[in-house]
Amino acid sequence: MPDDARLDKAILASPLAIHGLTVSYDHRPVVHSVDFVTPPGSMSAIIGPNGAGKSSLLKAALGITRRLTGDVRVFGRPYAQMTRHVAYVPQRNSVDWDFPARVIDVVVMGLFRDLRWWQFGGRGQRRRAMQALTRVGMEAFAERQIGQLSGGQQQRVFLARALVQEADLTILDEPFAGVDAATETAIVEVLKSLRDEGRTLLCVHHDLATVRDYFDHVLLLNVRRIAAGPVDQAFTEANLQATYGGRLSSVQLARLVEPALAAREH
Amino acid sequence: METWWRALTFTLGYNTSVVTLGAMLLAAGAGMVGTFVLLRKRALVSDAISHATLPGLALAFILVGLTTGDGRYLPALLLGAAASAAIGLWAVQSISDHTRLGEDAAIGAVLSTFFAVGVVLITVIQSMAVVGQSGLTGYLVGATAGMLASEAKLIAACALGLLAAVLVLRRQLLLVCFDADFARTQGLDTGRLDLVLLLLLMAVVVIGLKVTGLILIVALTIIPPVAARFWTDQPMRMVALAALLGALSGYLGVTLSSVREGLPTGPLIVLSAFGLFMVSFLFSPRRGVLASLLAYRRLRRRVHLRQGLLALAREEPIFDDLTLTLLCRRGHIRRDGVATSAGLAAARDADHEERLWALYRERYPDDALHREHAGLVPIHEVLSPDAIMALETQLLGRREVVR
Repeated sequence: MPDDARLDKAILASPLAIHGLTVSYDHRPVVHSVDFVTPPGSMSAIIGPNGAGKSSLLKAALGITRRLTGDVRVFGRPYAQMTRHVAYVPQRNSVDWDFPARVIDVVVMGLFRDLRWWQFGGRGQRRRAMQALTRVGMEAFAERQIGQLSGGQQQRVFLARALVQEADLTILDEPFAGVDAATETAIVEVLKSLRDEGRTLLCVHHDLATVRDYFDHVLLLNVRRIAAGPVDQAFTEANLQATYGGRLSSVQLARLVEPALAAREH
Repeated sequence: METWWRALTFTLGYNTSVVTLGAMLLAAGAGMVGTFVLLRKRALVSDAISHATLPGLALAFILVGLTTGDGRYLPALLLGAAASAAIGLWAVQSISDHTRLGEDAAIGAVLSTFFAVGVVLITVIQSMAVVGQSGLTGYLVGATAGMLASEAKLIAACALGLLAAVLVLRRQLLLVCFDADFARTQGLDTGRLDLVLLLLLMAVVVIGLKVTGLILIVALTIIPPVAARFWTDQPMRMVALAALLGALSGYLGVTLSSVREGLPTGPLIVLSAFGLFMVSFLFSPRRGVLASLLAYRRLRRRVHLRQGLLALAREEPIFDDLTLTLLCRRGHIRRDGVATSAGLAAARDADHEERLWALYRERYPDDALHREHAGLVPIHEVLSPDAIMALETQLLGRREVVR
């Protein structure tokens, strides 16, 4: 096949190339044989209905949960060798926010690999953590106990913990879930600035209305891969229909795929 | 009293001093390991481990007793205890992994079964002609009085090793405790780290058998960390503080038990730890009962005063006794309830501030949400003069529009 060489090149360049990934809980596949090559320097969204396996796909790709089959490559190499190149922002409610830690303590956790066991977090570490906090607009909260933060602030702290890693690929699991509008704007700005630095972002995303504004690539997932590619090509009425089944009305669909139409109505 | 003083100052003799130091090191280790176990939300696992030591302990006693005639050989007993604790741990783990039962149910089942086996073995020992049977009860509630210096040194050495291990692993353990998923993406083997944490916990339990006894060792892994939580919000400080509080309870407990022959060490150490916990619980300035009670009273008075002043400004009647008392005490109203001129001025100020806060909440809803008690504290304590000036201007503009 003539495409083979080009495909290999794409996989070598991709910060996360997933091939034939299947995840199953109790003999029921929640993600079935999914291929996805994340384009470098892109901002990609994984979208699909509830239970479509969006988070499971990411967790299995990152080795958090076990995968049944499949191969995951980071710049062409196995993920285990390349963990340094990947930062992960889990769902906000996956941790206990009453944990005895201040904001700065959580951000410094992102630097854990730079510290040997005999070192007691130096000034340099603190400075880098503060820079990341400034970037997400949370520098004034560095000494706060994390339980005192609002949901949006907690999400920003998680983002700062990923920022300090200066990774090539940042994977975010629903970063906009349950945050206020101001935080959403702030997070999108940070993500876009990361992309402008040439880094890659991959988000599980819920809000179909903002897909066009935020992302340039999209993976439509419902257990199986329905479609993937640049938003203009893949985010179509037919593909959304196939992904969401009857869950979207034709009016909703028309608005999503033709933003001009929605704008005229406003 | 005098004996206790001599024990406290390490002048009661070489043996007591070594034993005290050993117990302190052990309790410090227990506090550190316990903090991580507590933060991983598996505090009860230590209960299962400690009860699971009894059968191994008794079996080791029987074997050593049959070969040498005296069962009291500490290293062998500790090894036996460790072996059966490991089996108990494995049982808990496989029950919760392979069945639908939760870890708590598995702990309950394993704990009681192993303890029952141990008690049966102890009755077997009582029917045997082996020396040193009375020493065995010491492993149930702890007995440091008759402890040899060599035994205390063994305990101290193990405890030191434990402290070193926790020091080396502290960052990994913390990461797993806070966010295991994230830890895994960082290339940490969280399954292995959990196992290491349980092994450390097992080491604490086994080493502590002779000091606090197997029933009470669980207290040393839970009470000091919980007490430490009252004093700090920083993870590593909590670990260090738990070690300190643990060591302090060990120190108090062992010295107290050396006052008179036959005083059980374990209960005294645990009671000392409980005393420290009570002090933390009541008097911690951050989360203590007293502090939050005072803060609540302050807040309530502030709200009453504010409401009273606003009522004065709007010329509404005030009926609440506390409000009236507070206003009267500050000279805002006279005893008969009529506002003084100072009171009227204060009321006008409060009303004005209320308007500023309302405007602030309207303009910056997100920021207002994050300010504690926004609207109750004087606005100049929270916002910068510039921000207040801007609000004043807007307020003025709005008033003119109304006119």
